[in-house]
Amino acid sequence: MRPGLAGWCFAGPALAVMGVFFAVPVAAAFMLSLTDFDIYAIADPSNLRLVGLRNYFQLLGTALFWKALGNTLYFVVVGVPLSIAVSLATAVLLDSELARFKGAFRTALFAPVVTTVVAVAVVWRNLFHARYGWINHALGAIGIGPIDWLGDPHWSMPAIILFAVWKNFGINMIIFVAALQAIPRELYEAARIEGAGAAQQFRHVTLPLLGPTLLMVAVVTMAGYFQLFAEPYVMTQGGPLQSTVSVLYLMYEDGFKWWSLGLASAVAFALFALMLASTALLLRAARGKVAALGGA
Amino acid sequence: MSRPASLAVNGLLLAAAAISVAPLLWMLSASLMPAGQSNAFPPPWVAAAPTLANYRELFARVGVGRYLANSVVVATAGTGLSLLFNVSAGYAFAKLPFGGRERIFRSLLAALVIPAQVAMLPLFLMLRSAGLVNSYAGVIVPALASVFGIFLVRQYARSIPDEILEAARLEGAGEAHIFVHIVLPLLKPILVTVAIFTFLNIWNDFMWPLIVLTDGRLQTLPVALALLSREHVQDNELMMAGSVVTVLPPLLLFLGLQRYYIQGLLLGSVKG
Repeated sequence: MRPGLAGWCFAGPALAVMGVFFAVPVAAAFMLSLTDFDIYAIADPSNLRLVGLRNYFQLLGTALFWKALGNTLYFVVVGVPLSIAVSLATAVLLDSELARFKGAFRTALFAPVVTTVVAVAVVWRNLFHARYGWINHALGAIGIGPIDWLGDPHWSMPAIILFAVWKNFGINMIIFVAALQAIPRELYEAARIEGAGAAQQFRHVTLPLLGPTLLMVAVVTMAGYFQLFAEPYVMTQGGPLQSTVSVLYLMYEDGFKWWSLGLASAVAFALFALMLASTALLLRAARGKVAALGGA
Repeated sequence: MSRPASLAVNGLLLAAAAISVAPLLWMLSASLMPAGQSNAFPPPWVAAAPTLANYRELFARVGVGRYLANSVVVATAGTGLSLLFNVSAGYAFAKLPFGGRERIFRSLLAALVIPAQVAMLPLFLMLRSAGLVNSYAGVIVPALASVFGIFLVRQYARSIPDEILEAARLEGAGEAHIFVHIVLPLLKPILVTVAIFTFLNIWNDFMWPLIVLTDGRLQTLPVALALLSREHVQDNELMMAGSVVTVLPPLLLFLGLQRYYIQGLLLGSVKG
């Protein structure tokens, strides 16, 4: 067999599948975003016209698009740091020499990750119930009055963020535990001898050595949180007062409820651009931090 | 100092674990309550008289058995087919040099920055013209090959010594024979890992099946549950039973094969 042919035979099918079902549709999506593809074009493609960037300009003039953008950014800017903080805290606890039953704790903490988001969203919708929900019941026990979590536009996004943190923190926890185990124990020993307490050890030994892992986790988590969809679909249907309409929720409604596939494609690319810009910003901030540490 | 510290660490872990598991236990508990009992103040922890009535109603009247079967078929077939594509490609990227291999692999990794939803609108139109909307195939197609799966297999396959493969070639074995009889047995642990990931992904997936399965008869459990829960806002216990049926298979799969799942997660988080 000619060298190289075997490689193509084994890799070819997967590459072909990804080409046909991903690369081609992505390119087509961009073309679609430059057309006025709507329900009439589905019936008869001759109704299709190129409109240049009109869909994008139309979005910029749509209040709901800005609302969805703001809601999604809210979810990302609050949800991602909170999620990572909980992952890191539980990872430090699990990694502690004092922790018992580590395996059982790890399994329990990780369980929400493998559950079906739709199903547990239905459960949390019930936990958030203003009158009968467990969350308000527990808050009442410590003297906090009932909150209309899913009915008050100020509380709907915080509720979805709490749910998302509960559902997702386990993934990054596992990654942090592995990274923590890779830190040599002698470094903590040395810090202790120099009089550093637990908090100082965390700040001057753990955090700097966790840097690359932290950045990787932040990039991946952020990309995931930008793709908010199922949670509002099940828990709030975008409401109340459109306070939980995310960018993907908007894309879904434009595309598959109103069949404006041209406009919906423009929404998809707007999300993609936003994700790229945010990731670039994050990486740049991280480089700045490294440079500052190097100079200190 | 050690005793209070140990109490604090284990106490906090216990609290965090309780918060993680409590919603799942509540779901199970409420699913066993007669209609209306869970909507009370204060909410009851356990059913006064546990009943399977919700499950009977779910399967007999709502027809959840059909959605369960749809999910099982889609997730199982999707997992089997995608293993075929991902494992052979991952092996090629690790062990079979071909022109442009490294460049292609780098562009696959780069493509990970594109959110999958960008492809969904044209993919729907493509599948529509191919007559695959409202079919099992339509649900499975985008999951057939995944960069993550290929990446995992490649990482693992790189540890196979070249000498074994060379020796087999010198004895005249063909590439297909080598793959089936030498490579696959060595890759067994990572095959399990990729299979679990794929199965869970397809089982738990929501947005794409929601789009492509407009006909109720073919819907998967998450799609059916989401639509039912929008109608049956009041039937809390019934919806809890539906959630249990949806969540149980992936949870049991994870509990049984946890080691493989965690290993994959860690392998995938290492930069290539």
